[in-house]
Amino acid sequence: MSVATTTQIPAKPKAIKASAAAAMPSAKETRDERAEASSLSANFSHVRYVASKIFGLLVLVLLGVIVIFPVYYSFAGTLMQQQDIAAYPPAIWPKHGITWSNLVTAAQIIPLFRQYVNSFGSTLIITVAQVLTSTLVAYALVVLKVRGAKIWFTLFLGTMMIPGESVIIPNYLTISSLGLRNTFLALILPYLASGFGIFMMYSFMRQFPMELVEAARIDGASNLRLLWSIVLPLSRPAIASLAIYTFLTHWNGFFWPLLVTETPEMQTIQIGITQLQSPDNFNPGLVMAGAVLAVIPTLLIVILGQRQIVRGLTAGSTK
Amino acid sequence: MSAAIARPRTASSGGGNAQPAVGRKPFNVRSWTPLLYLLPAIAVFACFVVYPLIRTFILSASGTDILGRQSQFVGLRNFQRVFTDPEFGKIMLNTLLFAVYTVVPTIVLSLVIALMLNKESTVNRVFRTVFALPFAYSVSAASIIFSAFFNPATGLFNAIVQKFGGQPVGWLTTSQFALPAIAMTTVWMNIGYNVLVLLAGLGSVPDEVVEAARLDGASGFRLQWFIMIPMIMSQVFFLIITDTIQSLESFGQIHVLTKGGPDSSTTTLVYDIYMHGFANNSSNFGYASAEAIVLIVVVAIITLIQFTTVGRKVDNQ
Repeated sequence: MSVATTTQIPAKPKAIKASAAAAMPSAKETRDERAEASSLSANFSHVRYVASKIFGLLVLVLLGVIVIFPVYYSFAGTLMQQQDIAAYPPAIWPKHGITWSNLVTAAQIIPLFRQYVNSFGSTLIITVAQVLTSTLVAYALVVLKVRGAKIWFTLFLGTMMIPGESVIIPNYLTISSLGLRNTFLALILPYLASGFGIFMMYSFMRQFPMELVEAARIDGASNLRLLWSIVLPLSRPAIASLAIYTFLTHWNGFFWPLLVTETPEMQTIQIGITQLQSPDNFNPGLVMAGAVLAVIPTLLIVILGQRQIVRGLTAGSTK
Repeated sequence: MSAAIARPRTASSGGGNAQPAVGRKPFNVRSWTPLLYLLPAIAVFACFVVYPLIRTFILSASGTDILGRQSQFVGLRNFQRVFTDPEFGKIMLNTLLFAVYTVVPTIVLSLVIALMLNKESTVNRVFRTVFALPFAYSVSAASIIFSAFFNPATGLFNAIVQKFGGQPVGWLTTSQFALPAIAMTTVWMNIGYNVLVLLAGLGSVPDEVVEAARLDGASGFRLQWFIMIPMIMSQVFFLIITDTIQSLESFGQIHVLTKGGPDSSTTTLVYDIYMHGFANNSSNFGYASAEAIVLIVVVAIITLIQFTTVGRKVDNQ
């Protein structure tokens, strides 16, 4: 890509400019003969080219501003004084200086630390568990070639077709009858394995250099030893993508935690922050502070782990 | 990306399709022990996907008493009630409209953005990160931020409307605006994901294709429309399907912003399942399960479309 663009785009206007200045076409410099038939049309296409570039950039900047505005405003609003954010029309930047009071008040209304622990704890356990269960399955299907591997794979993949929302009632009843409502276990149990995770690890392991595995086999490595010392190290990129993707998904989970938790002490941060948005006493500064608290970990992940995310996201879309 | 490990699969490397490993003695360790590796995943799926799936069907054919306990077998009566409920038509229409309002703008906008960011440059790298940021925002965080923007008395959107001489709008309290308002929030949340997927697709378009098109005189809009978009059609299609399914499964933004109102104008299928099953201590699990089966069928149809169409596309290549 970069080769095509860096050599071609700059070459064109330069050639056209030269031909316009000399009022005589210099045939060697451009590829398109017709463009050089008259300097007038060359000039015109040059203007059009520049205009379209500028227009494109304007559209891009405009879209960029619109898309980033809620991100910017959630942070700016968090730091704004009441007289700025609660004014009408609301201020766009902290005119009267910044304050930490929105964050402090938010932390007083909801048991912030506890909810962070709930979110972090459940998300981490889910992530580790999904990486583990998915790796084990993919290893058994691809490397150990368990009997009926194709059928198993289809079945595991089939679980992705069932919308989580459609089985949420029986799952809620299961958790209730086990007496697990409003417990930490309720948050994690249904998510310890995932069809997507299996699909991702499976696709990755199929591209393994099997000679390595075979060599280890001949050296007499046991199944577990092979998994631990060959397959796991080789799978690190896929594991990283899966872990990041799973963390993002479950940190941001909403419906299930809303159903199975009842007290603020058991709720995750995602449910907690919605308590900051009371319609009768609406305080936008507080709302922004809540949003910022909930997104800081994921924002860091998206900024630092973009490469892994793209790999994870596109696992289903390409190939 | 995984270039270090990915290598062309040769006959000898076999690649690990689950075919019988004839003549590969060291591999032939097919005892029952490898099944143990599948067990943890099977246990989770059995408890939280397969069993609840069966139970959804059973619940949908059962009555529910006021305490939410399953009562006698009622056959298809729950489905009959769902399909004759005058509300249900409206709910399905809301669900469809919500899908259109979210999927179409998301795809169009992210296509425009991705095509403009395709070139490798420092500016574009910054822009890519900018457009990826909404992906970090949870449905809950995005919804409460937009609820502040939508606030009729102090919100930014009405401030903008009034600045241009319009009348303040009850974004979330007027039937005709509430669903588009929630859709707008959703489009914002989805843009990052869509742009990332499309950029990955554009990155894998071979340089020779672009080069050849340029030599043929294609540039600007024509290059994008006739060359680049067809080259990433499989990504676009993948996004249309996943965005549609995601929109069908939307819950959080509706719950935070409108709770299905006003006048059930933002109640979608999934939100109605919640309303009948859980909201206001309603435990009408029979009715809600019948709706859940409608959801399963709809999602299955869309997934089938995906499999058949994508399958055909791959065959063509």
